[in-house]
Amino acid sequence: MAINAQTQTKVETREPVINDFAFSVATKNGSGSQTSNNVLVMSLFQMGIPVNGKNLFPSNIKGLPTWYTIRASKDGYTARKALTEIVVAYNDGTATEDVANLPPGGVCITTDKIARVIRQRDDISYYQIPVAKLMRQTKVPSAFRKQVENMTYVGAVAQLFDIPLDLIYDVLLANFKGKVKVAAMNHNVVKLAYDWTADNIVKTDPYRFEYMDGADGKIMMTGNDAGALGAVFGGVNVVAWYPITPSTSFVDGIIGFRGLRQNDSQENTIAIVQAEDELAAAGIVVGAGWAGGRSLTSTSGPGISLMAEFAGLAYFAEIPAVFWNITRMGPSTGLPTRTSQGDLLFTHFLGHGDSRQICLLPGNLKEAFEFGWKSFDISEDLQTPVFVVSDLDLGMNNWLSDPFDYPDKPISRGKVLDANALQEFIDEHGKWGRYMDVDGDGIAYRTLPGTDHRFAAYFARGTGHDEMAVYSERSDDWVENMTRLRLKMDTARDMLPQPIIDNGSGADIGIITFGTNEDAIREARDWLANDGIKTNYLRVRALPLASSVSDFIDAHKSVFVIENNFDGQLTQLIRLEHPENVSHVRPLALGDGLPMTPDWIYDSLKEQEG
Amino acid sequence: MPPRTNHLGLARNEYKGRPSTLCPGCGHDSISNQLISMAYELGLEQHKIIKMSGIGCSSKTPAYFLGGSHGFNALHGRMPSVATGALLANKELSCIAVSGDGDTGSIGMGQFKHVIRRNVPFVYIIENNGVYGLTKGQFSATADEGQFLKYYGTNHMPPIDLALEAVIAGCTFVARSFSGDAKQVQALLQAAVRHPGTSVLDIISPCVTFNNAATSTKSYPYGKDHEIPLHEIQILAPDYVEERDEITIEDYDEGDIIDVEMHDGSFIRLKKLDNDHDPRNRRMAMEILERSMREQIFSTGLIYYEEPRPTLADTEELVDRPLALLDDADLRPPKSALDKVMQSLMAG
Repeated sequence: MAINAQTQTKVETREPVINDFAFSVATKNGSGSQTSNNVLVMSLFQMGIPVNGKNLFPSNIKGLPTWYTIRASKDGYTARKALTEIVVAYNDGTATEDVANLPPGGVCITTDKIARVIRQRDDISYYQIPVAKLMRQTKVPSAFRKQVENMTYVGAVAQLFDIPLDLIYDVLLANFKGKVKVAAMNHNVVKLAYDWTADNIVKTDPYRFEYMDGADGKIMMTGNDAGALGAVFGGVNVVAWYPITPSTSFVDGIIGFRGLRQNDSQENTIAIVQAEDELAAAGIVVGAGWAGGRSLTSTSGPGISLMAEFAGLAYFAEIPAVFWNITRMGPSTGLPTRTSQGDLLFTHFLGHGDSRQICLLPGNLKEAFEFGWKSFDISEDLQTPVFVVSDLDLGMNNWLSDPFDYPDKPISRGKVLDANALQEFIDEHGKWGRYMDVDGDGIAYRTLPGTDHRFAAYFARGTGHDEMAVYSERSDDWVENMTRLRLKMDTARDMLPQPIIDNGSGADIGIITFGTNEDAIREARDWLANDGIKTNYLRVRALPLASSVSDFIDAHKSVFVIENNFDGQLTQLIRLEHPENVSHVRPLALGDGLPMTPDWIYDSLKEQEG
Repeated sequence: MPPRTNHLGLARNEYKGRPSTLCPGCGHDSISNQLISMAYELGLEQHKIIKMSGIGCSSKTPAYFLGGSHGFNALHGRMPSVATGALLANKELSCIAVSGDGDTGSIGMGQFKHVIRRNVPFVYIIENNGVYGLTKGQFSATADEGQFLKYYGTNHMPPIDLALEAVIAGCTFVARSFSGDAKQVQALLQAAVRHPGTSVLDIISPCVTFNNAATSTKSYPYGKDHEIPLHEIQILAPDYVEERDEITIEDYDEGDIIDVEMHDGSFIRLKKLDNDHDPRNRRMAMEILERSMREQIFSTGLIYYEEPRPTLADTEELVDRPLALLDDADLRPPKSALDKVMQSLMAG
């Protein structure tokens, strides 16, 4: 597609910067800016530019300040940057601060009204859009005018940085699910601002977008949608949940993809129940898992807190169920719309007594999908709850990714005995007991309710029981059971997703992390390498920790554990599990509510190492 | 002589569970016995039944009946959600659930109301003794106002009437009974197990250790002296037509018999006693419960009945086959489906 909208008024004063800069869009929450921001991100994606959009939003319906950062990177770096070169300052309440944050040579796009009240800088470019005047020229009905107003910055940005108008129309049409009238109404405003900018603004900055092939064959999606799609391909069939940010869109995703699993009569193979609270949601998935369902709930910190008792029961009664924890900032209600990795220890040890839960830790979109389906197999194979610990950043933001791989393993239901298999088991072993470990891996055989065999029934309970599932308060029964559960967790270590390790450089410094910090770390490592500081890398993908983690620790003189929480929780866990020789393991823990930046990692590591 | 057997060829003994560990004489054991008899008399297949419970004395009892059925002793007050999940995973299972007045009336009130609202089809038995037994004698939320107990002295709070709460929540089968009235408990259980909706049975079941003084409305002596059955109850199964013909009772005037037709074609025949209660009338049901609570009248029997709403599995529009038994092909869409989704998310 040719870009022929260049105008005579543009003056390029510096070397052009193409496809390698970041935006921050500052608006008021509830003003409809989410659509505008999505349109910009999706347009850049359609232009083939590696891009990432992150919504840094308040816990509020309307009025509080909200920021959206968009980073385009020809080199494929999509972490959030500490500084953005361009700000769209559409919120009078934060405009002064937003402008102050710009680096020299930056760009401020704002409204003529806001421009009058902010302190000007002489080292940046200002572009003022007469929003009110433009909106008066549109035929947008007054009821929609406020919502559509933000399309003026889309038009200005498109003109200033070369995003084709007809591409924006296509993206709008897709955004509004093919509704031509709504798309046209929005696009008219975009065009008006685009034309006005062309006629009235002299471009004095070097930033520009160009078509490239960096997104060829890639997809864009949120982590919650990816996890939900994974669950649908993993055979989820009972979902129970209670709405809570940032996990709500996970179940919305399952509802959206549920059609992939309907039969010809549009009947469902997935039951979805909005429960009265997280306690009930947990109870429903535990009950379903016990009865042979592939069950899932999705929640966040406060919900996980409420689910603790059921998590302990399911661990001890050995019932499969999948729990997604889309982590937000705690403790307590905390920062409900801000990302965090602060639930790692709580989730891993969820439940009172000596319980230890399996955690899967997706770090990107592909893993959200993969763990989405795999979690059910792991949960049924190990007969234990599986917690997929994601976060708000992955869950709610759009991420660029290679397309997902179709599951490479058939569905596994674990050690389940039907009536015939039960008879064979009894013939071989003389009897069957729900918690008999005949394979020596800590995993017993279970029967499902409804199995037509006179010895199939057992009584599931959270109270002490022997291997026949009979109530027991005997110390030897208790210790035997707990010993077997520990053996089961050791069996799990090798069955779980193993760490991603980059051990190539022969470095003395090792970096350990988990989850969504990878993009920022990758970029920071490249910067460090440019400075001559070599690093190796290990990303943990599951708990309990794999044995390769201790090998990695032993192989490096200095190990930094980078995590987005306040207390360095993965560091604590490493010290707990590998108490020998960990004096050289140090946390780089931030926990400020925002997705990690390469800048912070680079600076902190240099400071510590220096 | 061989033992009497039911139409499955099973003796009553085969419906028993493990020996009870409750206090000798506990009302809960009588209810377990009636459950055993009910399953035996109706010839239920044990493997098609699940037994669910919460926490408390009452919730231990599923271990003591139907040893051939899977059971789940869940968490305090959370049995309804666990039963909901199990019945969603396998809608062909029948479910008998046992709870108590603490498990339902206090910690579990929310789940109690919501499971009724969703109309999960199961029998929800509350073994109601007005007292916390396992923790040695605290008042429960169903204890009478003004009652005295050794542990806490006098109870100054009004009781919660769980049958009334069930009616208000939209329950389509609500009964109250007395564990000392074996015949009535048996009849109500036989009706409840046929009801394709939530059936709540609030059964006063005395705690012989902590709350059995004659002054307590939850005691044996009180129940025996004060129980006022609303009707005589008889269950007429659809396949016992000839027996129905035998029940032409000259002693009763027309209008003194109410035949409540159930969803499966069976009837609950209610022979009126000294009152005009018609359980098909919601207003009357609430009135009698209100008055019973206010005046401490121990009315028992079928309090409220209506044709059940769609069950949760119905409103979920699930496939016929139980979800737990779906084939892998039903659980995982083909690769082409994933490719199509991926294609729709790509640029260009």
